[in-house]
Amino acid sequence: MPNPVLAAENLDKSFGAVVASDKISLELRPGEIHALIGPNGAGKSTLIKQIAGGLKPDRGTVEFLGRDVTGLTVVQRARLGLGRTFQISALAMEMTVLENAVLGALGASGKSFRFFRPVMTDQALVDQAMAALKEVDLDGEAGRLVAELSHGQRRQLEVAVALTLNPKAFLMDEPMAGMGTEGSKRLTGLLDRLRHQAPILLIEHDMDAVFALADRISVLVYGRVIATGGVAEIRANPEVQRAYLGEEATS
Amino acid sequence: MIKEVHLNGIIALGLLLVPLGAWWWDEPFTITLATKAAILALAGVGLNLALGQGGMVSLGHAVFFGIGGYAMGILASHAQDFQPLLQAPFVIEGTKSMPVIWLTAMTASAIAALVIGGLSLRTSGVYFIMVTLAFGQMFYYFAISWPAYGGEDGLSIYVRNSFPGLNTLDPIQFFALCYGLLLLVLFFMSRLMASPFGLALNGARQNQDRVEAVGINSYRVKLAAFVISGAVTGLAGALFADLNRFVSPTMFSWQTSGEIMIFVILGGMARLFGPVAGAVLFILLEHALEDLSDYWHIYLGLVLLGVVLFAKGGLIGSLAARPARHA
Repeated sequence: MPNPVLAAENLDKSFGAVVASDKISLELRPGEIHALIGPNGAGKSTLIKQIAGGLKPDRGTVEFLGRDVTGLTVVQRARLGLGRTFQISALAMEMTVLENAVLGALGASGKSFRFFRPVMTDQALVDQAMAALKEVDLDGEAGRLVAELSHGQRRQLEVAVALTLNPKAFLMDEPMAGMGTEGSKRLTGLLDRLRHQAPILLIEHDMDAVFALADRISVLVYGRVIATGGVAEIRANPEVQRAYLGEEATS
Repeated sequence: MIKEVHLNGIIALGLLLVPLGAWWWDEPFTITLATKAAILALAGVGLNLALGQGGMVSLGHAVFFGIGGYAMGILASHAQDFQPLLQAPFVIEGTKSMPVIWLTAMTASAIAALVIGGLSLRTSGVYFIMVTLAFGQMFYYFAISWPAYGGEDGLSIYVRNSFPGLNTLDPIQFFALCYGLLLLVLFFMSRLMASPFGLALNGARQNQDRVEAVGINSYRVKLAAFVISGAVTGLAGALFADLNRFVSPTMFSWQTSGEIMIFVILGGMARLFGPVAGAVLFILLEHALEDLSDYWHIYLGLVLLGVVLFAKGGLIGSLAARPARHA
């Protein structure tokens, strides 16, 4: 078995009496889409924050590219190549689509502390940004303000910005949230292609997307991973059915 | 709506032509007013970087304005009394040279901004405002209670400091100096706004999570902007002290911080020439309303209220469309 790109090991996190993460272990292997599902309040967001670096676990470690990154910040992990998208679009709304993508490329380049030359004349950054926009079919909207984009287009832009980092792993928090069927389908196709660039840890509520995309699925309930396995395995798991999927998904 | 570049040109030209006309018709008071407007505009340009571009609502920029003023006052007072600033371990003499004073003012303000920003940027929102305000009050009361440099009475400098090749006591020459500095700083600001740093700073203001997730340390970006902002306002403080040939703790007061903020808001936040338009308008209003009533601040308040309620982009924002960054 190849070494995991990203691994959480025995993560514990409590808020007072509430145990949000209970000995969570999780691996993201090269080339795979690993979906993380679970009912509301299962601790998905808390887990994502610990993996991204916004929250320190009480115990346990996070490894990225074979390196212990538990002590690193969000910024440092991003610089290592952890490309993140947010559940609620986190974009610079007053900027254009292209500027948002250039901002991503800029972060990856480490050239933020340059004060004189206009950033939009930096051909390398702009090219990288345009390539990412093209990948998500937003190159035609490059000049528009983000505030004018549709919800679906903003979700696509989120992915494009993460792409500008040339990430070694994607961390996607409900990329389909609030998308219509058509938009979900398009984004599903996109994520399917992206897995060849870097593996994706996918938190998602849209079960059609999860079952279509995931190589493996982990099920989180009350802060514990109650099952990890392939799609068929998870669908058939009685504990998962009871806890989460309900009757209709088993048919 | 006209193009912002054209509007900027008109403002810059107006601020140049009025004192030139006044010089021609021998009206030194008008030249002094224009000089004051240019200097206050410069203070606002400094704050605009923190407030407009960086979203840092600093109610403590009087600290930098005051440090600039006292840098001038302290250096020049030692020079006029022929007392060295420091005897041991090495001698530091006072100076009447503007370039040296400016450099000192900017360095001292930048250091203060590094400390104040370093601490206050760990907070946000209302707390940020309160922490910067608290620092302002600290400096204010320190200046009042520090007898060596005049305490509450302030410090008079009898002869304006010198600049190589110019007679700074001639109002039009001193104006030219201040105006030139203002344009120079505006040029660097325009470059900075379009630079990679400017994009990162704007990103950090609009969405901190976003810039951190792409690997940009928003704290450091904002702190750097705060330091540059403080240094520019400090330079304005040194010029302001030289204009009046007088420094007093008032430069440190929170009213001063508020006035600098008013220039930015009146003129248009995050707009390159916003503080210039704001400072010019402020001086015009002050001058016009003072004749009308002793309580002219009431009318100023009404104007400000109108701008905040009905013209969010300030003067520049109401007259010019926002230009897009071009690829």
